[in-house]
Amino acid sequence: MSSNTQELVQPGLGRGLADVARSRFLLKLLVRKELKVRYRGSVLGLLWSYVKPGVQFIVFYIALGVFLGLEKSPRNPDGLSNYAVYLFSGIVLINFFTEALGNAARSIVHNGNLIKKIYLPRELFPIASVWVSAVHFFPQIVVLVIACVFTGWQPGPFELLAAIAGFTIVALLATGLGLLFGAANVYYRDSENIVDMLLMIATWASPVLYAWTMVQRQLGDVAFAVYQANPITVGVELFHYAFWFPTTNGSSPMPPDLFSLWLPVGLVISVLVLVLGQITFRRLEGRFAQEL
Amino acid sequence: MANAIEVSGISKQFVLRHTRSIKETVVWLAKGRRGDLSKKFHALKDVSLDVKAGETVALLGFNGSGKSTLLKHISGVMLPDSGTVRTRGRVAGLIEVGAGFHHDLSGRDNVYLNGAILGMTEQEVNDRFDAIVEFAEIGEFIDTEVRFYSSGMYLRLAFSVAVHTDPEVFLIDEILAVGDEPFQRKCIDKIQELAERGKTLVVVSHDLDLVSRICARGVLLQHGNVLFDGPISEAVSRLRS
Ligand SMILES: Nc1ncnc2c1ncn2[C@@H]1O[C@H](COP(=O)(O)OP(=O)(O)OP(=O)(O)O)[C@@H](O)[C@H]1O
Ligand SMILES: [Mg+2]
Repeated sequence: MSSNTQELVQPGLGRGLADVARSRFLLKLLVRKELKVRYRGSVLGLLWSYVKPGVQFIVFYIALGVFLGLEKSPRNPDGLSNYAVYLFSGIVLINFFTEALGNAARSIVHNGNLIKKIYLPRELFPIASVWVSAVHFFPQIVVLVIACVFTGWQPGPFELLAAIAGFTIVALLATGLGLLFGAANVYYRDSENIVDMLLMIATWASPVLYAWTMVQRQLGDVAFAVYQANPITVGVELFHYAFWFPTTNGSSPMPPDLFSLWLPVGLVISVLVLVLGQITFRRLEGRFAQEL
Repeated sequence: MANAIEVSGISKQFVLRHTRSIKETVVWLAKGRRGDLSKKFHALKDVSLDVKAGETVALLGFNGSGKSTLLKHISGVMLPDSGTVRTRGRVAGLIEVGAGFHHDLSGRDNVYLNGAILGMTEQEVNDRFDAIVEFAEIGEFIDTEVRFYSSGMYLRLAFSVAVHTDPEVFLIDEILAVGDEPFQRKCIDKIQELAERGKTLVVVSHDLDLVSRICARGVLLQHGNVLFDGPISEAVSRLRS
């Protein structure tokens, strides 16, 4: 009989992210559930993940590119060439981060009813949130690529690797912070608001809307190094390198040491945040069921 | 028979009053952590319980005596403050009707989701899907969103998914009450069939006649203490007196 061959084990002690890897089927269903529920009863459905960034992009482009003069034009030779592509390649990444972290931070409390009653690896919920955001990210990347092709984009393998690296860095960071704040949110609901604030800052604390050279001019060396070490900055610059830079004539400067220094730094910081998030999550998850 | 569940000396304290405001916490810290930030009480106090594989056990006790809390410790949802819980094989918990069901999804999606939550693989759900629907007698409602289900239909589907996960240990908390008479009988038959196949059963119910029929052993809880552990008939008569 099977019951005699199995060992006695302590229930409720998971192995964290390793368990998530083993529950891929459940993860898939959770992601699908999330997508189905999100667009239930909406006519446009998944199209919304094209429409919303599209509108946001137009607003920013007109306000910043045209009115504030960030776009390069005959009257404004110091501007950024192809500002539209520059802007959009940063926006898609920051949108992914914002949605992933915002939802991951709420995921544990949202799924409280389930977590209170049935044991399952709870890391699944923040991970599923990040995954859902990746699904929303994909159509935006498609739109971006089409725009790039029209503006003369000819990517090499190096550009594609840079894009993958940028996405990976940001996804790891979102997962790590999502685990951290998702767990903290069970105990202090303030954590949701802290996350909202962080996300607002994140858009402006990385060169999404403006160029990194403007920051360098204002900041000292140390402060600028801190600015550069931000994994989101690294991710956004990698995206600029992958999508925007090949569409320009190559005269716009890319940040120095992007690949030799800042890429590894961003990756290491993201991984450290992930490890920290996982450790904190495991510390706190033992009491999820009773606190929710 | 080997033990399927070993609960040894577990205690669980809950706080009565939660302090979630930063202000109160800061004041408390400033005062050098003096005084109790929150009052605590024992929901379980040094509870030990060994259940052999194939046993059918009823947890009895008045409201708030700690029955659900004990089940949650066995399923791993909660961790004890002290003591240990150990289980053998897959544990399926029906802690509440429709936990793990999502209102906005169809019955079909929910069968998959709930099956996966209870630990089934994709292959297993595919193979057993028809059997699950048939047992639940949901019929054509399987593609309806479960928000439109009656609570009995909820129960049928949830119970059906849970028994089809083929668990070694089956935990049931107070859910059979929702089903109508024929379905209740069907559940009881199923439960008895599981018991005969050597599955372990822990049932919480206030329906004393029902548990007397299903279970052989009764464990009486009071204020988080085990008051009595023995034959079901004696446990029931103790509770009634
Ligand atoms: N998460 C929690 N936080 C604080 N107190 C809790 C929590 N869960 C349960 N309690 C308390 O623990 C005690 C035991 O609760 P439990 O749900 O185990 O009772 P029960 O025996 O299942 O009762 P019932 O017959 O009403 O279902 C109750 O006093 C309850 O208020
Ligand atoms: Mg209860």
